[in-house]
Amino acid sequence: MSTAIHDIGYRHYDGPRLGRAHTVRALYQYNLRSVFGLGRGPRAKILPMMMVAFMLLPAAGDIAILSFARTPEALIDYSMYAFYLQMIIAIFLATQAPVIASRDQRFRTVPLYFSRPVGAWDFVLAKFAAFVTALLLLVAVPVTLLHLGFLTMRGTMIEHGSKGVPSVVDQTGYYLAALVGCLLLALVLSSFALLIAAFTPRRGFGVAAVMAVYLISNVVVLIIQVVSLGNGDYDLAGWANLLTPFRLVDGVQARLLGADIGVRGDSVPPAGSGPVFLLGCLAVIGGSLALLTRRFRKAGA
Amino acid sequence: MTQACGASSLCVMPIIATRDLTMRFPGVTALDALSFTVEPGVTGLVGANGAGKSTLIKILLGLLPPTAGRAEVLGHDIATGGARIREQVGFMPEYDCLPPDVSATEFVVHLARVSGLPATAARERAADVLRHVGLHEERYRPMGGYSTGMRQKVKLAQALVHDPRLVFLDEPTNGLDPRGRDEMLALIRRIGAEFGISVLVTSHLLGELERICDNVVIIDGGKLLSSKSVSAYTEASGRLLVEVEEGREALARRLAEQGVSVRPDGRHLVVDLAGEETYDRIRDGVADLGLALVRLEQARHHIEEVFR
Repeated sequence: MSTAIHDIGYRHYDGPRLGRAHTVRALYQYNLRSVFGLGRGPRAKILPMMMVAFMLLPAAGDIAILSFARTPEALIDYSMYAFYLQMIIAIFLATQAPVIASRDQRFRTVPLYFSRPVGAWDFVLAKFAAFVTALLLLVAVPVTLLHLGFLTMRGTMIEHGSKGVPSVVDQTGYYLAALVGCLLLALVLSSFALLIAAFTPRRGFGVAAVMAVYLISNVVVLIIQVVSLGNGDYDLAGWANLLTPFRLVDGVQARLLGADIGVRGDSVPPAGSGPVFLLGCLAVIGGSLALLTRRFRKAGA
Repeated sequence: MTQACGASSLCVMPIIATRDLTMRFPGVTALDALSFTVEPGVTGLVGANGAGKSTLIKILLGLLPPTAGRAEVLGHDIATGGARIREQVGFMPEYDCLPPDVSATEFVVHLARVSGLPATAARERAADVLRHVGLHEERYRPMGGYSTGMRQKVKLAQALVHDPRLVFLDEPTNGLDPRGRDEMLALIRRIGAEFGISVLVTSHLLGELERICDNVVIIDGGKLLSSKSVSAYTEASGRLLVEVEEGREALARRLAEQGVSVRPDGRHLVVDLAGEETYDRIRDGVADLGLALVRLEQARHHIEEVFR
């Protein structure tokens, strides 16, 4: 056998053994790579990469339009970008949340982690942070692209004589507020999707469950809003936004982060409801983290 | 639970020590006041399926708090030192636990890093360990396409990659063909002898543990049945095994005529050893009858006999 030539005997490891921060970072990186299919073979990359491309295309297209139209109206509202493209984000959520929250349970790898110096809380936190990062990249990169497009095109717009071109400071402020919105969206959507995926470890089930909760909650809110707007009850229509993840985050954008109310239609959350929407977001995030930790602790024993 | 050692006696610190360890699930008592110690080396943990072996390992890893009793692993109390224990042990579960779309290299490197090894060291250790368990070019392919034997090797590699002081191997020969089984047993023997890593290995097959273990702990129905060195189980039984090519009955008759206690057992004759002259009588009988002697050896006990 050829092994005899290479076999130099067993060598012990006497190098450093790093602590908790290193372990959590290793878990975070591995999970973040997994979301985009890195290290998981070519087929696992197709779907997430497609969704990334679909998220970037409208932003790129909009910049192209902006360069022809040369009016600020042609620029997509930053804070609405994720909302307009929520179907793509929902597909990304439904297909990739199970990668983070179901795979380890389905293939029973959790005990391999918990038999190492990894606590359940660190394990969940690393997974959560990885998925939040992935979503943030998915949403914030195209918004950033839009803003860069604006900055490049601003001079041309003014030369062209367009009215109401915002100042760089104003628009950058608006962009930063939109980024905060993106982060909040990533946090809420991760909580919601990972939790559902963690409780549906069977292949395909998780995808269907995330999609179902997203679509059904949207339809329910839509029905409530159509009926209440018909009755002239604008408040109820506004509050109904609490019941679906995208609108929950949008409530904070509209009422706390100073996003444009005009583009949001009749069923915008009522004035002063911002803190309630923010509390709703925090409740979703906190509850989800607690339940995820409990779920994985059980899967690891 | 430190052991009191006499000044003259050579004292070996036990790697595992349990006292009155009890685990009750609703309706089932998995472990019932189990007390035993395990010394460094390769130790077999034997019991029928459902005897509480896997439960015991989970408790020793600090993953499952016992209902009562206490235990120490590598000098750390499981109740307070779980994290310290898990830094220094490796665990190979009984069941399949590998993601199919990841390569062995990728997976083992990742788990090495989770165990605290820096990235470069993790890569080196993973390559080393995968080579030791006998996984070569295939380690770059997704694990979904691996045979059972290859999967068992990866499971073993991940348990060793951080160079633990002790590994728990839960039914490592499960589902392997005879050749794979021999390879795995040889590897476990090497881990104990050559790598200097203590091993606690479970099996429901006593014969295979007899081959590789220094000590064997037997539990049955959550209770300790026996805990001894393998040599104590398999000491000479005071009987001889005789095998001849043909004429077994003639030899048995002749020996019986001379007052030797003899009985057939399968292809052998089992002869009670009365003294040196028993060997002479067998030799003379075989020579006088002109038989071909295939085997003449001391019969040894088997661990199985504990269950009889």
